[in-house]
Amino acid sequence: MGYKARFRVWRGDDADGDLHDYTVEVNEGEVVLDVIHRLQATQAPDLAVRWNCKAGKCGSCSAEINGRPRLLCMTRMSTFTEAEIVTVTPMRTFPVIRDLVTDVSYNYQKAREVPAFRPPEDLAPGEYRMQQIDVQRSQEFRKCIECFLCQNTCHVVRDHEDNKTNFSGPRFLMRIAELDMHPLDTHDNRAQEAKEDHGLGFCNITKCCTEVCPEHIKITDNALIPLKERVADRSYDPLMRLFRKPKK
Amino acid sequence: MTELERHAYDVVVIGAGGAGLRAAIEARQQGLRTAVVCKSLFGKAHTVMAEGGIAAAMGNVNSHDSWQVHFRDTMRGGKFLNNWRMAELHAKEAPDRVWELETYGALFDRTADGRISQRNFGGHEYPRLAHVGDRTGLELIRSLQQKIVSLQQEDHAETGDHESRLKVFAECTVTELLRDGDKVSGAFAYWRETGRFVLFEAPAVVLATGGIGKSFKVTSNSWEYTGDGHALALRTGASLINMEFVQFHPTGMVWPPSVKGILVTESVRGDGGVLRNSEGRRFMFDYIPEVFKDKYADNEAEADRWYTDPDNNRRPPELLPRDEVARAINSEVKAGRNSPHGGVFLDVSSRLPAEEIVRRLPSMHHQFKELADVDITKEPMEVGPTCHYVMGGVEVEPDTAASSVPGLFACGEVAGGMHGSNRLGGNSLSDLLVFGRRAGAGAAEYVRSLGDKRPVISESDVDGAAARAVDPFAEGGTGQQENPYTVHTQLQQTMNDLVGIIRRGGEVEQALTALEELKQRARNVVVEGHRQFNPGWHLAIDLRNMLLVSECVAKAALLRTESRGGHTREDHPRMDPDWRRQLLVCRAEGDGVSVTAKDQIPLREDLMALFEYSELQKYFTTGELAELPAKES
Repeated sequence: MGYKARFRVWRGDDADGDLHDYTVEVNEGEVVLDVIHRLQATQAPDLAVRWNCKAGKCGSCSAEINGRPRLLCMTRMSTFTEAEIVTVTPMRTFPVIRDLVTDVSYNYQKAREVPAFRPPEDLAPGEYRMQQIDVQRSQEFRKCIECFLCQNTCHVVRDHEDNKTNFSGPRFLMRIAELDMHPLDTHDNRAQEAKEDHGLGFCNITKCCTEVCPEHIKITDNALIPLKERVADRSYDPLMRLFRKPKK
Repeated sequence: MTELERHAYDVVVIGAGGAGLRAAIEARQQGLRTAVVCKSLFGKAHTVMAEGGIAAAMGNVNSHDSWQVHFRDTMRGGKFLNNWRMAELHAKEAPDRVWELETYGALFDRTADGRISQRNFGGHEYPRLAHVGDRTGLELIRSLQQKIVSLQQEDHAETGDHESRLKVFAECTVTELLRDGDKVSGAFAYWRETGRFVLFEAPAVVLATGGIGKSFKVTSNSWEYTGDGHALALRTGASLINMEFVQFHPTGMVWPPSVKGILVTESVRGDGGVLRNSEGRRFMFDYIPEVFKDKYADNEAEADRWYTDPDNNRRPPELLPRDEVARAINSEVKAGRNSPHGGVFLDVSSRLPAEEIVRRLPSMHHQFKELADVDITKEPMEVGPTCHYVMGGVEVEPDTAASSVPGLFACGEVAGGMHGSNRLGGNSLSDLLVFGRRAGAGAAEYVRSLGDKRPVISESDVDGAAARAVDPFAEGGTGQQENPYTVHTQLQQTMNDLVGIIRRGGEVEQALTALEELKQRARNVVVEGHRQFNPGWHLAIDLRNMLLVSECVAKAALLRTESRGGHTREDHPRMDPDWRRQLLVCRAEGDGVSVTAKDQIPLREDLMALFEYSELQKYFTTGELAELPAKES
């Protein structure tokens, strides 16, 4: 059942590094992360990789496999032919720490810049009432496992390092959409903030984020486009312009 | 003097799962400067793996529910070995902790009238688990994470620094706790990224490190679950209780081999899924134990009616507590009535419409499709027991989560007592919130009581800790050099085979001999490379903890000559009322552990009165029953 696969794994640190070739055993039903672990146990004990749950739930083992952003634990070896060389490299958008481990602190900074859920002041804990149909839209976005593959693939930051300051990326624009659609959030102007503070305008809806999402969240269609529409409504609707509250 | 980074905090919380984050929120809200130190990135803790829900007697779906009913279920699930005060606090406070999550922004599934929906689960008399599909743990961790961010935003507004009062030290591993006399004075850690050392000066440390599953081969636990908190507590002088009780979740994946052990949520059964053997028989009807006979249906017709009419029918036996179901599956497989890959069948495809399955169990649908090529809406899953949870842990004061060491607190899976000999599904997430909050409050109160007289760290202790941390890089020594991965694999095999789901005295003795040998070999572990993000080195350090904790499990398992909950002795199959009164207490001794018996605290009278006399008769000794005020049912 097993066979010897050819793997090419990027090894190095922030200064420099290159692809290393390995020949390694693969057994039935295995995923790429299993093979990386076998490399650690048999050939490269100090090969650095981030992982936790090994079940696609924690979003730790993000990397690029044959150039495609993927979770190592959810990429089955059966998706490759036995002859194919499997190339594993770290996420390109974030600085490398070592081997397959990258510095993802950009994402944690952006998370801090999104104003938190503001609970209704007139409701005590236990008094919240919401209909399933109304929470369902935000629930889709809360499936996010924060693997940051969408952030990694988004060309706004992948190809333009400078944009990192002004662009929060699909994950955190989606977070804004999630709060905007929360039935009981009382923070105003979230859509406007997405545009002014988080760079929503950079997004030109190429849907790359949606394509790589391991949770199959429709980031572009269900979060980013509706958010853009809300901005457009507020900015260009002449009536809304008259009644809009001044920005705090 | 060792060169290192130094930080001073009021409270250091070790672990960033549900319990650790809730403890940190509490400590910070009580005005203390708080650090959270965790081995993974912020938001990745093992809590994300929890699927089914949070048990809390809110009574949203069945208004008969109350804290008393939840308390009773918890005690029954733990076979009355639970610390009753913890079970009481847990049942009373869980609803408030769930509602509080909504104020952090959590979005649970709803009932028709807009309240939090609750689902059925094993051992719970009424639908009780607040949930979000089958990804409740993710919702819990994200809500707590986002609450922490919101507190940091408040601090930023006030002080200009997000981290002025609450800081997360992610990918940072604590290797030792430091003491001044008998009091905790701080924690010694290394950054995983750089390998550089960090010293936390803190009068209070909250352990929230989770469990020990990585000592077993087939487990639902991630690499982080290496018993760090258990071992830190032992080495700091605290005691552990109930370490013989390890929960094997009945339904882990069994195929393909690389995912063996990954959890299949109990919600599958809560929502109607049934277990069948290779002959197609719903075998759980054959395994209803005497103590549960009046609560569970003995035929399929009644069991199936229960889903729509729970008031007039008994529950299906697939929803027995986890220990019972795991043993039943084990017996079916042993009798040769197993599925092709050595498990049994768990079928929901013939029980619910496909669309409903995808709506209620999205992660399971996804997980089986992606990892096993199985479409659970069309065919049954293959499942078998997997090491899931340790009931044992640090012996704590129920109200404050304080251990016997001043300044050391423990909450969540690393604390012992709450679940007795077996935990009910759904009671873990509620445990994290209830006792996380209590540990944060307990630590805050302790720190305030110290005033200015804070314990001091001794520099020689720091040097010692640093030397022990880099020890695996040192070649030399007398024995043959060992690879940490090999020693770890052999430990997992030993615990799995000899101290697993069904135990025999002779095999546990063999395990103890093997553990001694592995301990020797672990001393000769040598790691390659340097200290920057080096997984071999990290494992070498974690291995010491796993070995120490495994010794606790094996020694306690050998002493307890009865079967109860998560401890099954084939050579002592009976549950023995005399053993119910005994706790086994583990303490560090030399480079190993000693285990001694101690009397269980008697159940408070008013809590005892919540049970029928006929039920107590199944668990208590005749002597204990004779002392009861006359209450014949």
